[in-house]
Amino acid sequence: MTDWFSVVVHVCLFVTTISILLLLYRAVKGPSNPDRVVALDTIGINLIAITGIMAIILDTVQLNDIILLIGILTFIATVSVAKFLEKGVIIDQDRD
Amino acid sequence: MLSLIKIVISFFLIAGTFFIFSGTLGVLRFPDVYSRLHAASKASTLGVSGILIGAFIYVLSEMHVFSGKLILGILFVLLTAPVAGHMISRAAYRTGVPLSDKTVFNELEKKESSNTP
Repeated sequence: MTDWFSVVVHVCLFVTTISILLLLYRAVKGPSNPDRVVALDTIGINLIAITGIMAIILDTVQLNDIILLIGILTFIATVSVAKFLEKGVIIDQDRD
Repeated sequence: MLSLIKIVISFFLIAGTFFIFSGTLGVLRFPDVYSRLHAASKASTLGVSGILIGAFIYVLSEMHVFSGKLILGILFVLLTAPVAGHMISRAAYRTGVPLSDKTVFNELEKKESSNTP
């Protein structure tokens, strides 16, 4: 697979990886805590995209479970950190 | 060898990568957390949808496998990214993260101050 399609796929993988590195800068530096949560959520979304590109490069279907798993874990992590920043608890017993 | 199906896959991949990179530039360059959230949520959702549609067409055309898990992944990302963005922005507003200096209109301020006892 050393034709133009391989070049396109590898350039997409490179750009997505560079964007994860740029987001890591925002996650370290960010002025407030919600900035860091935004950056980490976007890193998780970009990991899903990298897994999709790697499934094309490796020519396999085994990575499709990983895409669902990373999506669910990113959503749960973002929601729990947001609830912790708002109230200080994650699982609240009383419903307000 | 220039085949049509690979041109379509490349179009989806390049569109998705463009949206992901523009969302990253928005997160890096925008002034406050709410506009960063706007860029990250919308652009990354479109980007990951494009890349997963490209992977779905590749798997369907090269290996003749109808991968329902990729469709489920696209649907899951499209459903959960707005919920996560809403929860982050609500937590940021209630913990008092300041808005940018260029903000001209804040309707939520009047509503929240009249709601609290």
